Order: sequence, then structure tokens, then C-alpha cells
Amino acid sequence: MTGKKMTSPLQTAEKMLESAVREPRDLTRYLHYLRTAYTEGLPLLVTPLDAAINWSRANSIWPLTFGIACCAIEMMAVGASRFDLDRFGAGAFRPTPRQADLMIVAGTVTHKMAPRVKRLFDQMPEPKFVMAMGACTIGGGPYCKHGYHVVKGLDRLLPVDVYVPGCPPRPEALIDALLWLQQKISKSHRVTDRYWRKDMWKQFMFWKSEPRE
Amino acid sequence: MNVQEIHSRLKARFGDGIGEWTAPEAGDPFIQVRPAYLREVCKFLRGEADLRFDFLRLISAVDWTDRLSSVYHLYSYEHHHGVTLRVDLLRTAPRVGSVADVWPAADWHEREAYDMMGIVYEGHPALKRILLPDDWAGYPLRKDYKAPEEYNGLTNR
Repeated sequence: MTGKKMTSPLQTAEKMLESAVREPRDLTRYLHYLRTAYTEGLPLLVTPLDAAINWSRANSIWPLTFGIACCAIEMMAVGASRFDLDRFGAGAFRPTPRQADLMIVAGTVTHKMAPRVKRLFDQMPEPKFVMAMGACTIGGGPYCKHGYHVVKGLDRLLPVDVYVPGCPPRPEALIDALLWLQQKISKSHRVTDRYWRKDMWKQFMFWKSEPRE
Repeated sequence: MNVQEIHSRLKARFGDGIGEWTAPEAGDPFIQVRPAYLREVCKFLRGEADLRFDFLRLISAVDWTDRLSSVYHLYSYEHHHGVTLRVDLLRTAPRVGSVADVWPAADWHEREAYDMMGIVYEGHPALKRILLPDDWAGYPLRKDYKAPEEYNGLTNR
């Protein structure tokens, strides 16, 4: 140990933010720090603005009314009064992808269906989330070996946020997945993320380390 | 009327076009029919007052690896009797007349058999794939079918 005082990640972040106010170049540096801290799991993940946005987003996830196979029956049960997804703010199943935040892919995705699923996903506005519900959707399930017509894993087609195993999953499993998704949303840093998503950071790149995926 | 009686009726009417009738261990007894006679046989079975097969239960297809079969399960609501017809087809060129004009139910059944087994029903109003995408290659339920490595940019392994 040197004589230097230890600084917490939060203090470092504050310092960097101070200098970022003066020097615009340091802003990307600050964002990069936040990003690294996030992937390292340090507890300064979320800015207050992010926290407010995440809170509202996580508690009003509107799913798309959309079921491909038998898992959809369980999804309907979750939406109905016994299990009641509305308790978590996710009961408003939207009939159009333009109003939906969450796509619960409930059922076997066949090769014929894949382009349609992709199109629905593309029509949803950002931020959007995908839940792969059931064995078929996760990895082909019973069709994995001989199913010539089944997409063996939804993640070959769409970016999946939460996987819900089961054949079909119990309603409790889907509720659990929703809670996981809420956690994921509340840990996200969309405001700072914008800079990274659009690759804006590349033009300011003056240090060597790459952000980790 | 039982299968034997129906078979003798058909034999008397169509002669060589009708093969033997067989009662397998499992499943319904069936009558073998030559492909060229199938349409006429079906019209006859439907039209005659004492036969009156007014209901086509299903058309199925079988791959015996050396030949293909198209199987017709018929039933009469009027007389409450049933019969099964079997048509053996060449594996290289499986062609048989369509019965979609005799029983409208045959339309989709024949399309499915075409989709899965590649049996061509001549005279069908719109013989195209019913379950798989239109650009799918091959007939999946044939015994020698190999699933594609990739379809539409998605790997299939």
C-alpha cells in the first residue's frame, strides 16, 4: 500500500464527472468508466436519471398479445385473474407491436413463422425486450434433433433477454421471469447507453481499452 | 356392407383395376386399387345407392421405401359402413388422379400429402404446399429426407 488514500468507485466517478463538465472529451471517459463499472458489477451503476426512467419502465411493461403454440395457454393463464400479471404492471397486453415493450415468444418458432416473428419484433419501438418461453423457444425442445422445420433457439433470430424453461413453464415461472426482467431493466443504464449503442464513443476514442460486451 | 361385399361389388364393376383386399393385424382392412382406376372407383363408391360413401375421413400417405402409397379412408353416414382404399405409386413419379371434386374435403388432404410426401394429385384445383413455406426443398416425411443445413439464413443444426 502506498500512502495514497483509497478512493471508492463512486468518488472516482464523481471526480470524472466534475472534469467532464469542464472538458467535453472527458464525458466519454466518464461514460466509459460507468460502463466498465457496470460490467464489473460495481455499485455505481445507475445515474439518478436512469433510476427514475428504469423505475417507470420496469413497472409498466406492456407485452404483445402474441402466442404461437401451447405455451401461450400458460401465458393466458398468467394474464387472467388467478395469477394476474397486472399486479406487476404487465397486464396490458397490446394488440399491436407499436405499443408493446415486451415480446413473450410463447411457443415453437417454425422456419415459416420466423420471418413473421422477426417482423413483429422490428415493429416494436425501443426499448423492447424479448422473453423466450418454453423449451421449444429456448433450444428447439423436443424438435431439437429431428425437427427439420423448427428454429432451434430463438436467440438465433432475436436478442433474448430472459429465458423461461419448462414445457410449458408454470405461470409462476413466467411471473418469475418477469421479475427478472424488471431487475434487468432497473439495472440498465439507457441514458448513458445511448452513447455506446450508436457507437458515438468511437469518434472520441483516445484510450486503448475496449468496452466489454 | 363389409369389406368383402364391397370388394366383390368393385371387382364386378372394375375387374382388373381392383386388387385383393387385405385385413392387416392392426388397422382397418383395405382394398388395393390401381392408380388409373381410382377416380372412377371413388365416384362409383360415392354414387351407388347401396354404397353411398358420402364422407372422406382422411387421405394419408405411406412411404414403403420402394414405393409410395396414398390411402383413402371412406365412411358412409347413410349405411354406417366404412372402407379403406390403397393406391400404390411409383416412388420416382408418384401420380394419381385427384378426388377433390368427389369429396371437397380431399382438397387440403391432398395438398398435405403433396407437401409431406410429394405425391402429385392430377386435376387438383391448387396443388401447392399447405404447411411448409412455398420455397421449401424436398418432402420431409419421405424416409430418405435430409433436413436442410440452413433455411432463410438460420442454421438448422
